[in-house]
Amino acid sequence: MPLLNVFDISGSAMAAQTVRLNTTASNIANAQSVAENPEDTYRARHPVFAAQLASHMQSGQVQGGSQQAFAGETWGTPNSGVHIQGIVESEAPLQMRYEPEHPHANEDGYVAYPNVSVVEEMANMISASRSFQLNVEVLNTAKTLAERVLSLGQ
Amino acid sequence: MTINFDNALGPHAEALSLRDKRTEVLARNIAHADTPGYLARDLDFKAELTRRLEGAQPGTQVPVRRTHAGHQPLRDPSAGQDLVTLKYRTPLMGSFDGNSVDTQTEQALFAENNMQFQASLRFLNGKFKGLVSAIKGE
Repeated sequence: MPLLNVFDISGSAMAAQTVRLNTTASNIANAQSVAENPEDTYRARHPVFAAQLASHMQSGQVQGGSQQAFAGETWGTPNSGVHIQGIVESEAPLQMRYEPEHPHANEDGYVAYPNVSVVEEMANMISASRSFQLNVEVLNTAKTLAERVLSLGQ
Repeated sequence: MTINFDNALGPHAEALSLRDKRTEVLARNIAHADTPGYLARDLDFKAELTRRLEGAQPGTQVPVRRTHAGHQPLRDPSAGQDLVTLKYRTPLMGSFDGNSVDTQTEQALFAENNMQFQASLRFLNGKFKGLVSAIKGE
């Protein structure tokens, strides 16, 4: 019953948004963390979302199961949840601040602060939170509908 | 004389099963609102219902011939009647990451589909009630 797949789909989306919230929390928490070497300084992290095919979810097989994969794509079950491909570190330049008294300052008196953009992180946080709420809403609706179906004919 | 459930229930059983599928498709669109490159999809309810009620095989209108061993079949033939053809939504606005999900549109369609699902359920319930009273003969 496709209605029950909604639980998997919305559930995976909620999990993905939670990871996004986690990275945001980590980025904001570490916005002022400095390290001895600029190479070791914290860099903003962001998850990469991707769609995952149902057949891959079930069998874990990518090669050889082409027929299966295509059946999943064009039609029987469109059960592809959100899959986190990985977490990438931002390649934006580090923020160099002039703090000559700082123990980690370089010879010119600059300290490398993380490349976290707090404004961007806040926007990300709101977006993740809204998406999460929306998926909870969808899940609740699916649950109500499934309950109604169960009481059909009574 | 036999009671044929398919005749007794009319198109509502098929309609409910399609609504069920559509709920899943729309939920998937909403779940992928933040996935880069994801294209929103939907099914043509009217066309699908007509096809199911007339008993046509999916894809009979446009046959696709496979002329090479590497060609992928469009659909899994063993799944038969249950298949649904999904179409791509035309986005209102483009986005930088190639995602074509418009959350508000999807949410509205989800709510609409929800109502229609419940309407189909209610029709079915009415049919069942009718059958039950016919059986009891009260």
